[in-house]
Amino acid sequence: MIYVDKLTKFYGPIAAIQEVSFTIEKGEIIGFLGPNGAGKTTTMRILSCFMPASSGQARVAGLDCFTQSIEVRKRIGYLPENVPLYPEMPVAAYLDFVAELKGVGRSERRGRVAEVMERCMISDVQQRLIGKLSKGYRQRVGLAQALINEPEVLILDEPTIGLDPKQIIEIRQLIKSLAGQRTVILSTHILPEASMVCQGVIIINRGRIVASGGWDQLQNQVFPSRRIELQIDGPAGAVEEALGRIPGVSKVASAESAAGLAAFVVESPGERDVRGEIFQLAADRRWKLLEMHQIGTSLEEIFLKLVAGEETPTQDAAEQVP
Amino acid sequence: MRLWAVYRKELRLYFTSPVAYVVVGMFLIIAGVFFYLSIGSFSIYSMQAAMNPAFARDLNVTELVFRPLLSNTFSVVLLLLMPILTMRLFAEEKKSGTIELLLTYPVKDGEVLLGKFFAALTLFIIMLLLTALYPILAGFLARIELAPIVTGYLGLTLMGAAFIGVGLLASSLTENQIVAAVSTFAILLIFWVLGWSADMVGPFWGKLMSHLSILEHQESFGKGVIDTKDVIYYLDVTIFSLFLTLRSLESRRWRG
Repeated sequence: MIYVDKLTKFYGPIAAIQEVSFTIEKGEIIGFLGPNGAGKTTTMRILSCFMPASSGQARVAGLDCFTQSIEVRKRIGYLPENVPLYPEMPVAAYLDFVAELKGVGRSERRGRVAEVMERCMISDVQQRLIGKLSKGYRQRVGLAQALINEPEVLILDEPTIGLDPKQIIEIRQLIKSLAGQRTVILSTHILPEASMVCQGVIIINRGRIVASGGWDQLQNQVFPSRRIELQIDGPAGAVEEALGRIPGVSKVASAESAAGLAAFVVESPGERDVRGEIFQLAADRRWKLLEMHQIGTSLEEIFLKLVAGEETPTQDAAEQVP
Repeated sequence: MRLWAVYRKELRLYFTSPVAYVVVGMFLIIAGVFFYLSIGSFSIYSMQAAMNPAFARDLNVTELVFRPLLSNTFSVVLLLLMPILTMRLFAEEKKSGTIELLLTYPVKDGEVLLGKFFAALTLFIIMLLLTALYPILAGFLARIELAPIVTGYLGLTLMGAAFIGVGLLASSLTENQIVAAVSTFAILLIFWVLGWSADMVGPFWGKLMSHLSILEHQESFGKGVIDTKDVIYYLDVTIFSLFLTLRSLESRRWRG
């Protein structure tokens, strides 16, 4: 549905994005992650046909964003970062204006506006001036204008920024409810948000794509090994040595722990589960196995490893995360 | 037509902000004062003419009141006020970022531009028509000739279109409304003052200068003459500035 190939955009001598390539299938919700200034907004502006790329190609629904710009624009709904709306216009009148510009016929318009207001939960403020609305309502009006032409593709730049937690949940649910029928690309730098709403992510840093794919894929890519943290009451040296001898264990590291107990992080290849053997070992040697759990990799760890990893490739940034 | 969606939105925004009311109000006050003064001095002439029948023959309310009012006074007042009406058209959208949404809707840049142009022109014509009260009032008291007044208004409308064109161009080049207003005013003023230098330069340049002068072309309209030279001049300025505005809007496509 969205096809981007070697997209590069220069602002003067500075490249905002370089050779960005990715593909998004129909019906997917994809998070576009990256630190501030990584090139998220630039990519979205190119996709929304606001400005063209310096080189490379961007296609939406098989149409080129530059040469078939009007056709592409008919098929997208775009919500820019700061939700620019006309403060002097009432909500319903504004949505009617957008619907007309987006080519919704006169006869359908009234119904469509009402429907989209219902959906975005703004029917109760439809006669109010947009300028008088709270940030949360404005955000929803912004989403409503993006949805009004029933677009195949939604491009949302930071849709939940500046909202309170309740509003964030509402907006997320709204976006999630679109899954399946529409292709959504949303940028954010709030990682839990991406993991809650999106089926996959594209991570961009300093204008380049550093990783992309579904969650499992990403996890395997960044942390190929399985990690188990355990606490054993026993002689630390002997325990460490015995753990290392379990077949398949690739690395044993002792970790800090309270009350003088020995704590270890055991790594093994992703497909190999050594937990049973560790239990057996402790039972045989009569060590008391106090705690054992598998360390899940959070998106934060993946993200930081990818983003920080570029600057200092040798350092395992993920392990510094509290 | 998507152009009319933009047109209606712009008109609505004009009438929901105080700017239009202030500009129209100010224009009507100033125009009213000038009308009062010239009709006042005309009545003094009339008194004098009552004692001198030879003089009375030349008394003509159209010639002495409306011709200077329409082809001179109004033009200068509009030159001062029109930049205020056009300054926000693009600058405000650029500043607030709404231009990003507007230009990503399936609508051509030209349609957005023309929608804004016609909205400003409509407001301008409304403002102008409100002054039609003066010739109507005068018509009760004196015999007035309709033709020069109608052509006078036609000339002003054409001139207003040219002013709006220049204003749109300035507005599209900046995101600061004050900068847009001041530069529109400066451009219009320069085009006005050009005419004054006509006597100082040679015959060729003099002719050129007075042809370029934006107020000079009101003269014949005030006399009831529709000269194609003047009509074309105003249409030229309007079309050329709209063309440049379109280029300026499109510049985001190639500017790095």
